Amino acid sequence: MQDFSGEFFDAFKLVAALDPTLLEVVGLSLRVSLCAVVIAAMVGLPLGAFLAVARFPGRGAAVILLNSLMGLPPVVVGLAVYLMLSNAGPLGVLQLLYTPGAMIIAQALLVTPIVAALTRQTVEDMRGEYAEYLATLGTGPFAMVATLLVDARYSLLTALLAGFGRAIAEVGAVIIVGGNINHVTRVMTTTIALETSKGNLAMAMGLGMVLIAIAVSINAVLMSLRSAATNAAYG
Amino acid sequence: MLDRPRSPQEPANVVAPRPVPAERVPAHALPSDPVLPLSARGLVFARAGRRLIDDIDFTLEGAGITLIMGHNGAGKSLLLRLLAGLVEPDAGTVTWNGRAPDRARATRVGFVFQKPVLLRRSALGNVVHALKCAGVKRAERKLRAHEALQRARLAPLAGVPARLMSGGEQQRLALARALALRPRVLMLDEPTASLDPTSVAHIEALALEAVRAGTRILFVGHDLAQARRLADEVVFMHSGRIAERTPAATFFDNPQSPLAARFLAGDLLLDEDRKLKREEETTP
Ligand SMILES: Nc1ncnc2c1ncn2[C@@H]1O[C@H](COP(=O)(O)OP(=O)(O)O)[C@@H](O)[C@H]1O
Ligand SMILES: [Mg+2]
Repeated sequence: MQDFSGEFFDAFKLVAALDPTLLEVVGLSLRVSLCAVVIAAMVGLPLGAFLAVARFPGRGAAVILLNSLMGLPPVVVGLAVYLMLSNAGPLGVLQLLYTPGAMIIAQALLVTPIVAALTRQTVEDMRGEYAEYLATLGTGPFAMVATLLVDARYSLLTALLAGFGRAIAEVGAVIIVGGNINHVTRVMTTTIALETSKGNLAMAMGLGMVLIAIAVSINAVLMSLRSAATNAAYG
Repeated sequence: MLDRPRSPQEPANVVAPRPVPAERVPAHALPSDPVLPLSARGLVFARAGRRLIDDIDFTLEGAGITLIMGHNGAGKSLLLRLLAGLVEPDAGTVTWNGRAPDRARATRVGFVFQKPVLLRRSALGNVVHALKCAGVKRAERKLRAHEALQRARLAPLAGVPARLMSGGEQQRLALARALALRPRVLMLDEPTASLDPTSVAHIEALALEAVRAGTRILFVGHDLAQARRLADEVVFMHSGRIAERTPAATFFDNPQSPLAARFLAGDLLLDEDRKLKREEETTP
């Protein structure tokens, strides 16, 4: 049985010393996933709110589709984005394959359904409660959506954080469309996979610690958001 | 022109016109009023084969407080929501000064629900939001919201999350929020049900103050003592119909319909009591 205590100690040193390679990888991870979540928010919040408020034929099917897209397998999304962005693909001219841009697109595709579906559920519940009151104010559809999005703010932040958690921990999609190129498209998850296979366990474990720390922080923020919402009866 | 919401600077609580029988004044002769006369013709709302609102004709004009009374399930809340344009009738029409209710005039008719609907914001935020929806300029919203809270004696609670307030405070906030828009007509659906006496007194005082400022009030209630304190006239409903409409002075001592007499005597009138309803219809 191998003893990993040496590697564990080295990993800890890498993190504590803010190793530049490690920081570069962590930095790119955060940038890519944050951008993906921003895009997912810009698309998912209005889309979810629209589905919650609008009534049109096929809406039920759209909701079911959206809910099932929440569980999209990342490798399938990676493959689809690869096909779109490859030279032979429809978006090949953009020359985005193996760039952080491609990774942002892939993660945004993964996160958008999560944000949209959770938004739809939250806003629809709240709409049932507010509809008659807002009608007494003569509120049109846009003002209604704006009101509901503001009042659902805590739940929606929760949805965005959940999306961020999924994006930053995901490996299948970014490795296909990013290619895990040193100094260009290496993020935490892909680097962990690579360094582990190379036997460089210190770097892999260091990045693993950072990833876990991020996950723990996200959950801590989620919990404090939830208790803030409950304390103000805003949940 | 008429469709435009009143500008915020304009004093909204114009002095109510003297009561004039609607038939003698065509709607277009009162162009200044955004809502009155508020009128229902042949109103029907039916569900599952039951006429919950059964062919109601009703006109609201003049000034003061009209109290709608009747047993649970008589259709009081439903009538109020139909008149406010919140629910579409299955037959008949509702008109606000001659035209169907529209979004542009929605804020001219205030509504306070039995269970207040408060946004997940502070007390002040609730009023500011309503003012924004009514088209009040940003610069004026805070000031007017604070005024409204002041009048409802909620000023110290301005920053408190509305949903953390007590039941009485929540209902006062809902009323203050409605009054901040200076509605022409205010509809109150049992606003004091299950409130403590102090809160009830507060709410009644606010309603009377609004009437003095020229707001026409439709008040659903079932407390006789309260009705005596507030009502200028009483509408008595039973089984989706208006059994009688009488000035308050005569209603309590000398109701015109046997149904209302039994109600005042504390009799339990069941909604299924259709035999009595038919008797009443046949005796003019
Ligand atoms: N949208 C609706 N669909 C079906 N039934 C309704 C609806 N709204 C009210 N009702 C029914 O109509 C009757 C009158 O209700 P309501 O107007 O609330 O009575 P109340 O006089 O106690 O306010 C009740 O039996 C109620 O269940
Ligand atoms: Mg009712």
